[in-house]
Amino acid sequence: MSKHLTMTVNGHVHEIDTAGTTPLLDVLRNHLGQKGSRYGCGLEQCGACMVLVDGETVYSCSREAGSLQGRSILTVEGLGAPGALHPLQQAFLDEQAGQCGYCLSGMLMAAKALLDRNPSPTRAEIVEALDPNVCRCGSHPRILRAVARAAAVLRSGAGDGH
Amino acid sequence: MVISQSLRDNPRLDRWLRFEPDRTVRVATGKVELGQGILTALAQIAAEELDLRVDQIRIMSGDSVEGPGEGYTASSWSVEHSGSAIRAVSAEVRALALARAALRLNAAPEELSVLEGEFLRDGTATGLDYWHVAPDIDLSAEATGAVAPKPVAEHRIVGRDIPRLDLAAKLTGSGFIQDIDMPGMLHARTLRQPGRGATLLLLDKDAIRRAAGDGVLIVRRENFVALAGEDETAVRKAATAAAGAAVWDRPRRLGPEQAGAGWIATQPSHDRHIGDPMPESDGGRVSMRFSRPFLSHGSIAPSCALALWQDGLLSVWSHAQGMHPLRANIAATLRLPVEKVACHHAQGAGCYGHNGADDAALDAALVAMELPGKPIRLCWSREEEFGYEPLSSAMAVEVHASVGTDGRPVGWTTEIWSAAHGQRPGVGGAYLLAADALETPPPERKPFDIPEERGGGATRNAIPLYDIAAKGIDFHLVHDVPVRTSSLRGLGATLNVFAIEGLMDELSARAGEDPLAYRLSLLTDPRARAVLERVGDMARWSERDPGGAGRGTGIALARYKNASAYAAIVAAVEVGEAVRVTDVWCAVDAGLVINPDGVANQVEGNMIQAISWALIEESRFGEDGVASLDWQTYPVIRFRDIPEIRVELVDASAHDPLGVGECAGGPAAAAIGNAVAHALGTRIRDMPMTRERIIEALMRGS
Ligand code: FES
Ligand code: FES
Repeated sequence: MSKHLTMTVNGHVHEIDTAGTTPLLDVLRNHLGQKGSRYGCGLEQCGACMVLVDGETVYSCSREAGSLQGRSILTVEGLGAPGALHPLQQAFLDEQAGQCGYCLSGMLMAAKALLDRNPSPTRAEIVEALDPNVCRCGSHPRILRAVARAAAVLRSGAGDGH
Repeated sequence: MVISQSLRDNPRLDRWLRFEPDRTVRVATGKVELGQGILTALAQIAAEELDLRVDQIRIMSGDSVEGPGEGYTASSWSVEHSGSAIRAVSAEVRALALARAALRLNAAPEELSVLEGEFLRDGTATGLDYWHVAPDIDLSAEATGAVAPKPVAEHRIVGRDIPRLDLAAKLTGSGFIQDIDMPGMLHARTLRQPGRGATLLLLDKDAIRRAAGDGVLIVRRENFVALAGEDETAVRKAATAAAGAAVWDRPRRLGPEQAGAGWIATQPSHDRHIGDPMPESDGGRVSMRFSRPFLSHGSIAPSCALALWQDGLLSVWSHAQGMHPLRANIAATLRLPVEKVACHHAQGAGCYGHNGADDAALDAALVAMELPGKPIRLCWSREEEFGYEPLSSAMAVEVHASVGTDGRPVGWTTEIWSAAHGQRPGVGGAYLLAADALETPPPERKPFDIPEERGGGATRNAIPLYDIAAKGIDFHLVHDVPVRTSSLRGLGATLNVFAIEGLMDELSARAGEDPLAYRLSLLTDPRARAVLERVGDMARWSERDPGGAGRGTGIALARYKNASAYAAIVAAVEVGEAVRVTDVWCAVDAGLVINPDGVANQVEGNMIQAISWALIEESRFGEDGVASLDWQTYPVIRFRDIPEIRVELVDASAHDPLGVGECAGGPAAAAIGNAVAHALGTRIRDMPMTRERIIEALMRGS
């Protein structure tokens, strides 16, 4: 059954006609052409598809579009863009945190949710927040450093505007 | 200078290098980016030799039509093969351009130099650059190898931490094959044939349509079936429904017991002895047996490919490891002339070896051939990737040492039972998966493993690096395993090094000597000694705890393929209900390093993957096939288990560059194995070192 939905994605309001059961990931990638959120398992097991819905981390591969009427969604594209990177993206670049990079969209969103609720996380708190996200390349130590670095930048106010 | 194999195979300069109208230089490589940073390293090499900035180089990678053919991006050869070809070609083209410029300026070539592509005469600008003289240079000529590359002391770009060229895109939501969108594109998924020889008796198409709607096409060729349509959500539903709507005759049957190394070691095999016979000795013989299970590559992204069949030309986009081999394999399977197939590399997630990437490309091509003019984007499911990609074979390894009266080995044999590790399509009779489903399947895959002179497959690193008078391998290549097996990062080296370094620790204990000192007493190779000594310093080995009481520290060493990068590793563990790795130190000698941070990144990743192999990973079989089909049944390491990691590079810039992507896996697993033995006072010889195996070892040990 097609449904008419209104949702805000990265600050823009979108009207979408789709079956209520369509996964948010498909809405983002195929209806809206925002390919940054990634398919890894479709099973809520890897975090490659992670986005924020009203600031909370959500596995977009499994969250049905029908439940998102009126909600606000943030994806990696909304975090920052080339030339206007979010401090988290900049920190990942500075630490060269990534090998293949496929996990990074999800990592960035999980880290964003963490820093929004806890601007000064300990290493253990970062580990706990990112544990649902798989990185098969073993970029973990760099990702941990990058999140800590971004937290410091944001605390110092250098990341104003985000 | 020596001409590398890649350059011998692709001798024309214009296969490698071209001056572009936008004042950049296009450098082509047959090697592809797999997350290992190779394109950045190759751009550094070209920029160095041509005296350009890195951003003046544009890399074209994995183009089967225009670019050089360099086989597969595998076995850590890329820097050694493609890198040396690009270095030689760049040096030669620079010299040709300089000669042309000298003619035009009426100057002696020695008076000229190059800065960011512009010619300087005695240090001042001449107004002339590469692009001015480019039309006068004959790049269709063959490389002569006559121009010496720059001496290391003059390097400005090689040896520096140049940031990865592809990372910024990947941090802002683009950069992957999965993101490619074409007008009119259809999404596709397969209904997998459950094993070679299975035939489709019945497919309830109505059931599929009921589940997914009428917008989904059912494409069938013999026993190959795919679902295609504009709506990816519906296609995915159709694929799920199809699995339940199909009745197969003779699907493959597996037994859970077949997943074990114990089963492998009792199967019929081709037997071969390599190297020296085993001498007898006065100090007796010590033997110890080790094993590891089947492993999955576990790429975080299921394989994906695009294909378009139009005007008699098949275009394929794939993240597989070699576009030239893929082109040949697809052409052979579809009985098309090779020039009617073009394969283009597009980046995917890390694959760590031969996973489903090539097979997905054939799948997409098959669907495209049935739907001419329609771009097809075919994506595997998570379950399909775990269930149908080639696995890395379970192995058993028994190491035997003949010990002299001084407690040192005088003879060594590594005895190996394994299925093949080198079954990439087009190699030794191997072929792409869906070929099994077509009208006339190719002859059954013959067991083929990589010969020792190319690094070996199961036998990789089976010869210890140590000074031992007689060293050999007894290799039992098992032929009938019920799943496809092929290359996973490190191949046989992971278990071979785990076993060799395990026995080395046992021998040092028998001799009453410190494991590090004992190893050094058997090593004259100065580079091997240097990495061992360095890691000993890094980890303060001389202050090592006595061990026991659940804490231990272990050391291990290997030189990948006995010919590539050296890695020495110390691991510290705590063993309670499970093994917890707390610290890892690694010293690497990679020869001349192109990008130090890139090397460190690869080595860190390789060690983390090895912790996962050593402690957690195991692919299991059920009746219907592989039973480890998701991240719950095939868990891998996560953040909570990541130790502190320190990597240092030993300066060896006088030596040729060596590939590093696989050098640390074997020694990392082995150092953990030795640390666990140090912690428990008894050794766990089977990977993964799980809770059950800790209990078993403790019961055996007491
Ligand atoms: S794709 Fe959503 S959790 Fe893996
Ligand atoms: S960088 Fe490849 S999965 Fe994380």
